[in-house]
Amino acid sequence: MSAPGLTTRNTETIERALDIEGRSLWTDARRRLVRNKAALTSIIVLSIIALMAAFVPFFWPYGYADIDYANIACAPDWWPGTDAACRAGGYHIFGMDQNGRDLFVRVLYGARVSLAVGFVATLVSLLIGVTYGAIAGFVGGRLDELMMRFVDVLYSLPFIFFVIILMVVFNQNFFLLFVAIGAVEWLTMARIVRGQTLSIKQKEFIEAARAAGVGTFANIRHHVIPNVLGPVVVYVTLTIPTVILAESFLSFLGLGIQDPLTSWGVLIADGKDHMETAPWMLVFPALFMAVTLFCFNFIGDGLRDALDPKDR
Amino acid sequence: MAEPILQIRDFNVLFDTHDSEVHAVKNLNFDIGEGECVGIVGESGSGKSQLFLGALGLLTSNGRATGSVKYRGRELLGLPERSLNKVRGSKITMIFQDPLTALTPHMTIGAQMMEALRTHQHVPRAEAEKRCLEILDLVRIPEARNRMGQYPHELSGGMRQRVMIAMATVCGPDLLIADEPTTALDVTVQAQILEIMRDLKKELKTAIVLISHDMGVIAGMADKVQVMRLGEVVEGGSTDEVFYAPKHDYTKALLDAMPRIDRPMRKGHAILQPLSTIGAEKRLLDVEDLKVYFPIKTGGFPVSKVKPLRAVDGVSFSLRQGETLGIVGESGCGKSTLARAVMKLIEKTDGAVVWSGRDLSDLHGPDVRKLRKEFQIVFQDPLASLDPRMTIGESIAEPLVTLRPELTRTQVQDEVRAMMKRVGLEPGWINRYPHEFSGGQNQRVGIARAMIVKPKLIVCDEAVSALDVSIQSQIVDLILNLQSEFGMSMIFISHDLSVVRQVAHRVMVLYLGRIVELADRNSIYEDPRHPYTRALIAAVPVPDPKAERGKQHVTLASELPSPLDSRAQLSFLKSRMIDNPDAEQYRPKLVEVATGHYVAEHDPA
Repeated sequence: MSAPGLTTRNTETIERALDIEGRSLWTDARRRLVRNKAALTSIIVLSIIALMAAFVPFFWPYGYADIDYANIACAPDWWPGTDAACRAGGYHIFGMDQNGRDLFVRVLYGARVSLAVGFVATLVSLLIGVTYGAIAGFVGGRLDELMMRFVDVLYSLPFIFFVIILMVVFNQNFFLLFVAIGAVEWLTMARIVRGQTLSIKQKEFIEAARAAGVGTFANIRHHVIPNVLGPVVVYVTLTIPTVILAESFLSFLGLGIQDPLTSWGVLIADGKDHMETAPWMLVFPALFMAVTLFCFNFIGDGLRDALDPKDR
Repeated sequence: MAEPILQIRDFNVLFDTHDSEVHAVKNLNFDIGEGECVGIVGESGSGKSQLFLGALGLLTSNGRATGSVKYRGRELLGLPERSLNKVRGSKITMIFQDPLTALTPHMTIGAQMMEALRTHQHVPRAEAEKRCLEILDLVRIPEARNRMGQYPHELSGGMRQRVMIAMATVCGPDLLIADEPTTALDVTVQAQILEIMRDLKKELKTAIVLISHDMGVIAGMADKVQVMRLGEVVEGGSTDEVFYAPKHDYTKALLDAMPRIDRPMRKGHAILQPLSTIGAEKRLLDVEDLKVYFPIKTGGFPVSKVKPLRAVDGVSFSLRQGETLGIVGESGCGKSTLARAVMKLIEKTDGAVVWSGRDLSDLHGPDVRKLRKEFQIVFQDPLASLDPRMTIGESIAEPLVTLRPELTRTQVQDEVRAMMKRVGLEPGWINRYPHEFSGGQNQRVGIARAMIVKPKLIVCDEAVSALDVSIQSQIVDLILNLQSEFGMSMIFISHDLSVVRQVAHRVMVLYLGRIVELADRNSIYEDPRHPYTRALIAAVPVPDPKAERGKQHVTLASELPSPLDSRAQLSFLKSRMIDNPDAEQYRPKLVEVATGHYVAEHDPA
């Protein structure tokens, strides 16, 4: 009798060795994301930009506030055409800005601010928006009414007015920028998530989970949120550029980043003013911003596909 | 023999897909004669629908049809759209499964019928209207003139299907193609529709092609049968030949898989354990006078009234350990609501649910969740009841993880694998997603999820209704085997009386939220007392052509009335009815006519 018992045990061990753990959506998603070439390239490019932005003071000879009065708005050495007023020389590979500062280091300092704002504000809006929307949609009834009316009230506040009040009350502060932008961006997210949740709530698998004893919040976490991720990810990839642009707009109004610190929005605004005489001042920050936004879009697409098991 | 209406030769339908070419219909040859009814039987994916879509040039853009289809000697394949339209919709017409999606929602019934009539035959308006009225009378639509001005959503499913038939017959076709015309309908309504089609065939001499997966429907209607499987006709012949002397194994298997209302115990199938052998007399569940009302706003601004919709209106029953109670009734009779109220998935309005001596009324939140270990549910739609973003392993493990948090990950995994093996799934499939499986496999996942906590009660809410017959019989066998192994009680909800006869010890018939009859399975099928039960049972088609032909077709005169109307429940006790839709009405009482056989009061027939 022992022989067949042994065989079953053997097959079981083999089965285990082949397929040790039950995988979850997230492990599968990671695997699929890495397999997506566009998304993977984008992740690498973004990481390079982020790493350069983080470590630029350690390897670059110029500081972001160092002014070289001799080389105001000079072209990089390799810039084509002979009509450039002057050549910057040295390591100024991106040329100089209108105040004689090295553009390369300034673009990377701008990346610090823009990426940070983009990430943090989007993350804030994601966390608040998804949680808020999922709870409102899932619980429903009076709580839903109350929560969504509150969103409506916030919606009706003019954005700029809101930011100016914040700035005046709490003084100008880099941190406030995140709060202000995040506080506005999560509203749309909450509405999207609530709408999706309402339709998912009707599905039978939610009832099946309730019958399995899963509580309200576990249900939201395990069943509702993974199933609303598709539209959420798409919206996030739209939010990041919006946030970066919002920051540049606030900086333009003098409510955001102040000189000599800078951001891509500020750099592009400056570059625009010198477009005819010093086009590099517009080209480089705009190029970085465009590449970054492309990367976010590819990552967003990749994430959406990776999170959809039907697309395996 | 006279020339056939439709002659199909070497007919193929092919679809281009991303992966490869799919051969949906392979080398078909058959004829349809004048005034004949040809049944096409097959399970989903057998190509039975694509066959006629292909023949009439209605394929999707990636499909093409080859071979020859001749309508009265005229080749239809490759005919230009214009000439095809002259035949299609006028001489050859189609009825589809879902009458709501097949009717244009923003046009009145009358307008849609007239459109069909006037594009094909240029008749003056008044005459067209007269013809439409005649046809509507023919398909027995009451108050036909008023119905002409109504929109599709204002009609019930059965009425809509009648309108579809009327639209299909208004131009006087030679051939009517009915693609699963009754699949979405209740049995009683199905019986009415089939009766209408039978009359059409008799009176108008229209040939009918009846496409169905239901051998019972085919048995009662068809003169000839073609059995299809994977795009091929495996067997064809007269109805009697195919049913009484099937030659092909697939036909035999298909006939064997059909649940038979007249033969509950069949060889080769799992058999319900009689209650006496289980020996358990312990009462597990007592439901007393359970009521579930939903408030429905009627009337609009400025004065809206809230009326209770009595989904479940005073139902009492008890369930012993190991016993299966079948709940049958038409859609909207409250059978699912009843089960969900018992399981505390929805709040009851009144009454008591006592679970092994404990009243569940006062339990809330976490206490209810603890109880979930004892009762579980299997849903109708296997795909919809599984989270598309969870692997089936996670789905099966979910009740275990929430209800028995003391288990370690490996223990959970072991339990899941063991249960998967038990319900006939490969344990290696643990990381697959629901969309990778067929309906039957997904339903096994659903059953595994319900069984994994070894509950004492399982509610099967139409658990086998959405499956093909052969799969359905496998799942029924699985459920019965699991029951004899684990000894759990079951509440088996179904609109299919033949399945219920096979799996339930006792059967409860619901009509608009109230019990009309409750008895053990043999008494209820062999000695039904209530007129509603009788009509329900008579309406079930049996896959036996002779029995079907000889059957007296008892059909209910009317459709299921609105449950908002308080008079509705007294449809069978008109003598006690107060003729006011808002009045508080008499409730028919249950009378015990024999031991354990309860029947609601009703007027003598």
